[in-house]
Amino acid sequence: MLREIGVSSVEELFHDIPERFRNARFSLPPPLSELELKKELAQLANLNANLDDYACFLGAGSYRHFIPSVVEHIIGRSEFYTAYTPYQAEVSQGTLQSVYEYQSLICQLTRMEVSNAGMYDGSTSAAEAAMMACAITSRNTVAVLATVNPTYRDVLDTYCRGKSLSLVALESESSSLPADCACLIIQQPNFLGYFEQLDAYVQKAHDAGALLIAIVDPTSLGMFKPPGDYGVDIAVAEGQPLGIPVSFGGPYLGIFACRKEYVRRMPGRIVGKTVDVDGNPGYVMTLVTREQYIRRERATSNICTSQALMALAAAVYLAAVGKRGLRQVAELCYHKAHYAARAIGKLKGYSLVFPQPFFKEFAIRCPVPPSQINEVLFRERIIGGLDISHLIDNGMLLCVTEVNTRQDIDRLVKTLGSS
Amino acid sequence: MKRHCLLPDISQPGRIGCSLPDLDVPSGDLPPEELLRQELELPEVSEVDLVRYFTALSKLNYGVDTGFYPLGSCTMKYNPKSHEDIARLPGFTALHPCQPEESVQGALELMYRLQEYLTEVTGMDATSLAPLAGAHGELAGLLMLKAYHEGRGDKARTKILLTDSSHGTNPASVAMCGLETGVVASDASGDLGLKNLESMMTEEVAALTLTMPSTLGLFDPKINEIAQLVHERGGLLGGDGANLNALLGQAKFGELGFDYVQLNLHKTFSTPHGGGGPGSGPVCVRESMVDFLPTPLVTGDNGRYRFSSPPRTIGRIATFHGNFNVMVKAYAYARSLGPKELKRISEDAVLNANYLKEKLKPYYHLPYDRTCMHEVVFSGKKQKAKGIATLDIAKRLLDYGLHPPTVYFPLIVSGALMTEPTETESKETLDNYIAAMKEIARDAEENPEILHSAPRNTPVRRLDDARAFRQLDLRWEIKSQKK
Ligand SMILES: Cc1ncc(COP(=O)(O)O)c(C=O)c1O
Repeated sequence: MLREIGVSSVEELFHDIPERFRNARFSLPPPLSELELKKELAQLANLNANLDDYACFLGAGSYRHFIPSVVEHIIGRSEFYTAYTPYQAEVSQGTLQSVYEYQSLICQLTRMEVSNAGMYDGSTSAAEAAMMACAITSRNTVAVLATVNPTYRDVLDTYCRGKSLSLVALESESSSLPADCACLIIQQPNFLGYFEQLDAYVQKAHDAGALLIAIVDPTSLGMFKPPGDYGVDIAVAEGQPLGIPVSFGGPYLGIFACRKEYVRRMPGRIVGKTVDVDGNPGYVMTLVTREQYIRRERATSNICTSQALMALAAAVYLAAVGKRGLRQVAELCYHKAHYAARAIGKLKGYSLVFPQPFFKEFAIRCPVPPSQINEVLFRERIIGGLDISHLIDNGMLLCVTEVNTRQDIDRLVKTLGSS
Repeated sequence: MKRHCLLPDISQPGRIGCSLPDLDVPSGDLPPEELLRQELELPEVSEVDLVRYFTALSKLNYGVDTGFYPLGSCTMKYNPKSHEDIARLPGFTALHPCQPEESVQGALELMYRLQEYLTEVTGMDATSLAPLAGAHGELAGLLMLKAYHEGRGDKARTKILLTDSSHGTNPASVAMCGLETGVVASDASGDLGLKNLESMMTEEVAALTLTMPSTLGLFDPKINEIAQLVHERGGLLGGDGANLNALLGQAKFGELGFDYVQLNLHKTFSTPHGGGGPGSGPVCVRESMVDFLPTPLVTGDNGRYRFSSPPRTIGRIATFHGNFNVMVKAYAYARSLGPKELKRISEDAVLNANYLKEKLKPYYHLPYDRTCMHEVVFSGKKQKAKGIATLDIAKRLLDYGLHPPTVYFPLIVSGALMTEPTETESKETLDNYIAAMKEIARDAEENPEILHSAPRNTPVRRLDDARAFRQLDLRWEIKSQKK
């Protein structure tokens, strides 16, 4: 090959790199063979307390749900996972049609009119929705309800500072919206688990000429009223609960759906159905003039590589559980969480913080700091709830889903009672 | 199963594709009626039908495991299977991001070591793994440099210079940070025009961002002069490190004068692209910018690892700690590479690209005829003269069972064919591609119709983009069957 190229060594091919920078020193550990690699990484994996061996009651934006094996098997097909963005539609119909299925399923689930092909995660979806609302309304203030997940608010803050937008926290229902408000962002159910008066907020936002962005829990929609039925303008969600493992925080999936009139303002990829030259149906990426590779600095977002494989997982999950299954999952979460809450509420020193209806997460007040309680729980192979004592005195946020058995819940309650 | 069907077509009332447990606790009161959903219309599909449906779809796809995938700028290298197995260990997948740090020491150690590894490979001082893709890393880099200048009390620097060959995400990221772009034109040899830079590098300029090597697959020999000029004028030099593959084991961004660089682990570090993600886009920075890194970082102290947040961080850019499971694969890849193997990657990638360049040069116009790095950009100019579009060439490649190069990018090469073979391809694979490209060049002369009407051997033929755009059909709908 060198001869064909007309050089005598590979080094010659690097002659454009100035001499002084070439042959930099790299101090790296010696390489591992496949056998050694598997061993070393298994050792690292074994240093972690994996949740297959623990009862876990953490939620707060990442949720353990049952994942049918079929999901892993389908996304594990290398025709899906070793492809890239479907730039050549003729040999990417598998990805493209799956995205069309995903978009359709998300619309059915949320009762919104259009969905894109997915964003990075729930919080970046919310931030992009805020940017989009500012572009639509030509306004520069983003209002966020104080009960939105604090990490989402942090991400919103980062994005807003970047774009010099002001981010205003709305403390309660009675607070009024700031002038120049582009959107109001609320979470349903909220970070603390309970349901907000979403209709009132939609009204409030619309009265002020602002858009209402709702962050929803996709699993809750198996049972609870979807954002489309509230007249929400943009619905975003963390898609991880739909067939994606908790994986220490990623990769996840940002669900992003909105009213049809805003489709040309949407960030991210969108797949549309069309026909080929023979009149056969097929799928392509469409509305690409919104995207960075065509529109550069005037694009609706900078997003390029997203989380396509995770969108496929969500589509397969939704199809596998289907109409009946999603409702069943939601009801299991609801009843188990309420069973746990009732039992904990009866324990001496413990109380439920909020009286409002909730889905699968709820805040409790503990008799002692939650960090102490979590240590006791951990010794019993239970991972307790999120410590929210910075928000609520001795507060803990618990999450119960269908993967928590009655035995797990009873063990939790018993250990709480004795600590 | 019929071709062209969708999920609603294989849905039958009462079916389900998995089995769920019964409720094992007493059920309580239902929430107020007004909170409840009236109807839920999702498909009802059996497991076997679901598997067959998606298996059929997968067969319509082309991946790296299917064949040669020289999609320029995307580094479609082969992804070792062992990494997939490793990433599926429950000790990595069944970890909640909010678990106590003591219970996830292995995960934190892995992140810490990957940070260290990337810091060393790029010659920088620190790395944050938080960004979720390349463009997300670009955004982080720009937010950091904004914070850096503002921290020095310099608020006038609101402009970012980029080259005309830069990737679309570069200017789009600039816009997301509320900054302006200035485009520095390339010179005749495809490098940055130093004279142009000289005149544009004013006190309004916060940074120049460069892709290194460039999207033309070229290493700019004036990098030292460029870095000096930018720094002398008070700006920073930012790097788009999507093309790191060409520099592995050769040169370091830090030594070349870059202040920060974002990497694409889904390219260089061999994590599969997933049909468009997930990726991971770490940012590596020099000392002066360490304090601004996005949160979280992992710090290690006497074998204990914990999350930390830099003192003047730009903040949180994603819900949790980054695409952890992608990091596992990237780390597995990194651990299989010592300094020698690392260098071998860039050598083979550059050798393969130059081989393609020499072999195809007689047949396709080569706008920058010089040694290339990991990719070579041809143009369809010769064929265009015969009425053949670059798109026709790409579509004809599909008939050979090959994936085409990236087309029509970078924008400064008209009808570009941006070809990146990567290091994992053998000479035989390259020769097979070369033979196909030669035949296509010949057909362009002698049998143009075969190109215009390509592809013929694919699951669908050329699709009507205009119709997709005009008659938006973005979903199916199952209407509720309420009584
Ligand atoms: C040169 C270059 N820069 C930036 C990006 C953006 O990276 P990502 O797609 O991971 O956001 C890409 C790839 O898509 C690229 O090729």
